[in-house]
Amino acid sequence: MRFDWLLRESGNIVNLFWWHVGLSAIPVIAALLISLPLGWLAHRSGLFKSVILGAAGLLYTIPSLALFVLMPLVLQTKILDPLNVIVALTVYSMALLVRTVSDGLDAVPPDTLQAATAIGYRAAGRFFLVELPIAVPVIAAGLRVALVSNVSVVSVAALVGTPQLGLLFTQGLQLRFVTPLIAGIVLCLLLAIVLDGMVILLSRWLTPWRPRKA
Amino acid sequence: MIDWFLNPTQWHGSGGIPTLLAQHLQYSFIALLIALIIALPIGFYVGHTGKGTFLIAGAANATRALPSLGLIVLLVILVGPYFKSDLAFLVPSIAVLVLIAVPPIMMGAYSGIASVDPAAVDAARGMGYRPLALLFSVELPCALPLIFSGFRSAALQVISTATIAAYVSLGGLGRLIIDGRAQNDYMQMAAGAVLVGVLALIVDLIFGLASRIAVSPGLTRRTARGAGIRHLLAQRKQRNS
Repeated sequence: MRFDWLLRESGNIVNLFWWHVGLSAIPVIAALLISLPLGWLAHRSGLFKSVILGAAGLLYTIPSLALFVLMPLVLQTKILDPLNVIVALTVYSMALLVRTVSDGLDAVPPDTLQAATAIGYRAAGRFFLVELPIAVPVIAAGLRVALVSNVSVVSVAALVGTPQLGLLFTQGLQLRFVTPLIAGIVLCLLLAIVLDGMVILLSRWLTPWRPRKA
Repeated sequence: MIDWFLNPTQWHGSGGIPTLLAQHLQYSFIALLIALIIALPIGFYVGHTGKGTFLIAGAANATRALPSLGLIVLLVILVGPYFKSDLAFLVPSIAVLVLIAVPPIMMGAYSGIASVDPAAVDAARGMGYRPLALLFSVELPCALPLIFSGFRSAALQVISTATIAAYVSLGGLGRLIIDGRAQNDYMQMAAGAVLVGVLALIVDLIFGLASRIAVSPGLTRRTARGAGIRHLLAQRKQRNS
């Protein structure tokens, strides 16, 4: 480890770190917004379920680097455009979250639904005030997986040239220099832990009725 | 891109598609084989005894967050100098591929064994099955669907990561993407991406089919296959009416 190098490059590393945060988190937020209606659709209809979940499984099979490279063809962007990475990761996160949202809604006990209907909830109110809150823990579990795997997949985009912590890895190989590699790996792990913890806290805050572990 | 594929130079020699594909499959196969040898016994042990569940779940989470590219480069720089010629990047790359493949296989084996119906295990024990016979002829067949699904996701991640390892001069289809990037040849990159994507889809399909064939029909009757047949019947009814 060469700490003087880290100190000298700290401005650049912080910049790459924020790019990394954005490239990992924005796709998950976008994917969640798309997955809520799609997951609901899958939850409601058996035919849609097999079609939507089948398509999601297919998209999830495509290796990340291949998806990054193919995005410019689909979006008509330049290869260095960060939009490629954002859209590719949105596709991945969505493939994961659609299933989680649908599973989460499936797991709502029918007694609860009947009780809500009996109290007088209409369909929309029942969805947003009863079903969705009860599904939060399952959806949060999916969000955690999506966020954490995004943090490591984003670094692959360095091979295409998009700025984020992965550039420390390519730099490390070019310079045959271990310090940027260790810095990059440690920052990726830290970011994953922090994002993971944030989802856990958010999920607890949204579901105050759930029992707390001591 | 069609022109690129039709160009005969892409199909011959050391940089040709058949060679790269063979290399890609070879690395993936070796890594998966080693991972199976490591992961299956551990998964079976943990699933059977219930000891160490926390440890393997933690390992699975930690490796998900590890950036594989950084790890490969780090190993190449640290370990590479101790090996001669091609082994300098082959050994680190395969090591990372194994590291990535172990957790999903382990989790699949563990959750498969742990979720076997305890009544079936008790019945077998009552019939006089010894622990090893119980594992191989009762628990293993029952756990097969989950073992397969763990293996499938491991295989996909290995194929995906083997593409990335082209950056440290590993062969395989990733070469087309990395070299295309270096030469500013987008067509070559896109062709490489398509080939890798198709390879992943075909491998997934093959393992899906293998899992259907290998899993005892007694297990799938009320779940996957039964639902599939019901779905097909419903479709046919719709079409006829």
